[in-house]
Amino acid sequence: MGSYWLTGLIFIPLLGACLVLLQERADAIWRAAFIFSLAPLAISLYLFAEFAPGQAAYQFAEQYPWIPGFGITYHVGMDGISLFLVLLTTILITLSILYSGGGDIESRSREFCFFMLMLETGLLGALLAIDLFLFYVFWELMLIPMYFLIGIWGHGRKVYAALKFVLFTMVGSILMLVAILYLAHAASVHLGRLSFDLPDLYGTPLSPAEARWLFAGFALAFAIKVPMWPVHTWLPDAHTEAPTAGSVILAGVMLKMGCYGFLRFAIPLFPTTAIAAGPLFMALAIVGIVYGALVAMVQPDLKRLIAYSSVSHLGFVMLGIFALDTQGVEGALYQMLNHGLSTGGLFLLVGMIYLRRHTRAISEFGGLWRSVPLMAAIFMVVMLSSIGLPGLNGFVGEFLIMLGAYLRIWQAAAFAVSGIILGALYMLWTYERVWFGPITKAVNQTIADLSAREIAVMAPLLALMLLMGLYPRPLLTRMEPSVAQLLSRVQAAQARLDAERALAQAVRRSPGESVAVK
Amino acid sequence: MSEFNSGALDFSWPSVLPLIVVAIVAVAVLMVGVFADDDESVGLGMLSIGGLALAFVLALATLGQSARAFSGSILLDNFAIYFELAILISAFLTVLMSLEYVGDLHLPGAEYYSLILFATLGMMLLATAGDLIVIFLGLETMSIAVYALAGFRRGDPRSIEASLKYFILGAFSTGFLLYGIALIYGATGTVRLDRIRAAISGPMAAGPIAHSPLMLLGLGLMLIGFGFKVAAVPFHMWTPDVYEGAPTPVTAFMAVGVKIAAFAGFLRIFMVYLGAAGAEWTWVLWVLAALTMTAGNAIALVQTNIKRMLAYSAIAHAGYLLVGMTAAGNAAGGAILYYLLGYAFTSMGAFAVVAALGRGDAPHERIADYRGLARRQPGLAAAMALFMLSLTGVPPLAGFVGKFYLFSAALSQGLVWLVIIAALNSVISAYYYISVIVAMYMDRGGAEDVRMRGRPALFATVAIAVVGVVLIGLYPQPFMAAASNAFASATSVPPIHAASLLP
Repeated sequence: MGSYWLTGLIFIPLLGACLVLLQERADAIWRAAFIFSLAPLAISLYLFAEFAPGQAAYQFAEQYPWIPGFGITYHVGMDGISLFLVLLTTILITLSILYSGGGDIESRSREFCFFMLMLETGLLGALLAIDLFLFYVFWELMLIPMYFLIGIWGHGRKVYAALKFVLFTMVGSILMLVAILYLAHAASVHLGRLSFDLPDLYGTPLSPAEARWLFAGFALAFAIKVPMWPVHTWLPDAHTEAPTAGSVILAGVMLKMGCYGFLRFAIPLFPTTAIAAGPLFMALAIVGIVYGALVAMVQPDLKRLIAYSSVSHLGFVMLGIFALDTQGVEGALYQMLNHGLSTGGLFLLVGMIYLRRHTRAISEFGGLWRSVPLMAAIFMVVMLSSIGLPGLNGFVGEFLIMLGAYLRIWQAAAFAVSGIILGALYMLWTYERVWFGPITKAVNQTIADLSAREIAVMAPLLALMLLMGLYPRPLLTRMEPSVAQLLSRVQAAQARLDAERALAQAVRRSPGESVAVK
Repeated sequence: MSEFNSGALDFSWPSVLPLIVVAIVAVAVLMVGVFADDDESVGLGMLSIGGLALAFVLALATLGQSARAFSGSILLDNFAIYFELAILISAFLTVLMSLEYVGDLHLPGAEYYSLILFATLGMMLLATAGDLIVIFLGLETMSIAVYALAGFRRGDPRSIEASLKYFILGAFSTGFLLYGIALIYGATGTVRLDRIRAAISGPMAAGPIAHSPLMLLGLGLMLIGFGFKVAAVPFHMWTPDVYEGAPTPVTAFMAVGVKIAAFAGFLRIFMVYLGAAGAEWTWVLWVLAALTMTAGNAIALVQTNIKRMLAYSAIAHAGYLLVGMTAAGNAAGGAILYYLLGYAFTSMGAFAVVAALGRGDAPHERIADYRGLARRQPGLAAAMALFMLSLTGVPPLAGFVGKFYLFSAALSQGLVWLVIIAALNSVISAYYYISVIVAMYMDRGGAEDVRMRGRPALFATVAIAVVGVVLIGLYPQPFMAAASNAFASATSVPPIHAASLLP
């Protein structure tokens, strides 16, 4: 103990949110918000450097009593699974604020910055919380600012989209709360006290039916967040109507919270059920991959297209997670980061196009390459990263996931690979329609290329895509121990399951028969 | 043991001192009012606030004591004190939010404040009652004062309707209660709660009394009587009209004070004392809870008037509390007490915002009137958003921790399905609570511009409620400890020597 890094990381944005409210002038507001998003970024970079690779335990952990009556503690800690998602969050929030200050958000910037920073606190808290109650608090806390971001600064049917987003998420999360409570009470029987601390809850003895229902409670909440097919229907609306920064955070970080929930809570708490449900979830993931890709292909709206591509990409992540082997899970983790960078980048670029043309309809574009070559080049790189071109980050993740899925159920990999092909297809086709060919609309001739601020927003993303594509080692070594620990829980459960099955078989066979076999 | 078998009244002044203070101040307000101008109502309000504060301090000073007084008809334990404090807080906030309201509408201040104080007196009596007669007395003192308060805007037909409706249905429900009391007296030969318990479950219990038709019918009738007061479905019909028609601070007082007090009596009878006879009643409470939550939330969805919406929301919250009553046990009792406290601040705050938006000639009670409030009154809108989120049950606010506590208690008793129903109900409720936020933050411009004048007392009420909602949610431990301690103090009455019970 003794270090307050994580607490600082979580609450500096909230402090910043409150201070931003005191600012009067627009430029002061944006400057303050940017500075208060830089601070957590700096802390998370420092923690990345300080993070001891090869260690599975929670690092920089802090634990203080909060509600002793319920055994609830303020317990935060960081491991190889949360480290990178924290980094992704701090990076994307900083870039989103930097981008939004450049003209994307013009009305009520004070409230906008307030909600962005509050959102950061919610996201970081949910990623770092080890206590389930604390996790739930942050999990809900990130919902509210996002609701306001979509509802106030969104486009089109923003109120509808925001409400749909909240109600969908709430159905899942409130049932998860019931599951959390049930689990804590079940665990209190052998713990002798009520506790919501994750380490205390591992290995809680549960009947198979209880474990199934509890897993379902957690899984529903996370699956809605991911979102997995068929509970994805909130996503296209929310992503499309959200302001650019909202879409970036929603796609870049928030969807990962669902995947993270599976890795952190649903799977290690109920490994036996997770193994049993593995094929089902892999099947749903594959449906999502193919469905998302097919629907993306026919979208006339750029943003909606990217939104559906997220359904497809997150399908890959879920496929890797439920392969439940090292390659699959590491690939999934890697792919989460990739998707955050590439989809975040795509949403930013679409936002920049929208600022210039006030439309996102693909049919309105064509030949943009000629008027804004730099933007086109950057779009190309981000898109290729999203497709998974070797040399860029997307390839590493997809490759690992396919490998993991192949080792588990080879047919799954066979089906999923069609998603990669479809992904390349719709992305390249879109690229062609937007950027290549002759300029068909006169307005497209005169639009301005990227501003210095926009280049500053995109450059870090491009650098990270290249870096992660060429040199994944520093990331993988930090992930490995935590992933291994997670999988060891699963394997132990698997071994227990196998032993039980063998025993049951031995009992079923008559002794005479076994002699006869001999 | 003498206090149990002596026929004489055993006076215990400290146990009733807060009540006496409230009664004296109520009379004093009335008397001063005779000599004061109508425009001096603020002074009367301050006098009431002073009296309530004094009663609060006196009640706080008796914390930790445990005594029976007046032949056991008054109980002084932490349960009673906890409820007294909660009632005094809600009365205090009601008076505070009334200061400007009463002046704006030129209501007669003396009558208004003294009626609030008399109602408070009745509520406190209900919280300290040790026998059924005192419970009835408290309930009537409270109700009659509130009937009059509901009709205080004499010029407004809706207010008259509210008063009349509340009076007729209230009297009707009191009839049920009284009849139930009579039957229980018939079954057990006593009105004292501890003796009734001993008669049905103590060592000297005559076995069949607990299950005798007389007893069960009596309990059922009392359940209906309390069902009316806490606005449980299907006894809720009066609520929306009365809440809508009554002056807004009175509505707040009804939604919070009356509800808290009614639950004090309800809990004392059904959870603390007659739990033994209630075991076979669990399913009734189960059904009541499920119905109340679901109907309250479902009907709230389609309301366009904010006071009606909050009325149905109050019904739904009674449903959540009934989940706790269904669960029974000390954990559930503590959860209910804690929940009530959080609910008190949240609901008071919400009604204070409603009152702040209204003016004499334009009440601005449609949800549509809240459009664009975030631009005109960012502070007020933010506070209202906070209250709505707390009512929805969003962490880390008081409403969330209350639900968490309640669900936890209910789950530990195995009420999984009821908790799931309650949980899904919170999602339904999110829809209509959020619609207020949508109006305030996302819709442009109101039908008419709501201009605010300086209303320091109303703003103070809102500010106190905000602090309460956040504090009780973020730092719940002391409040939880107080709540569970209070409930435990009511159930851990030392066993009564059997012989002393015989007449």
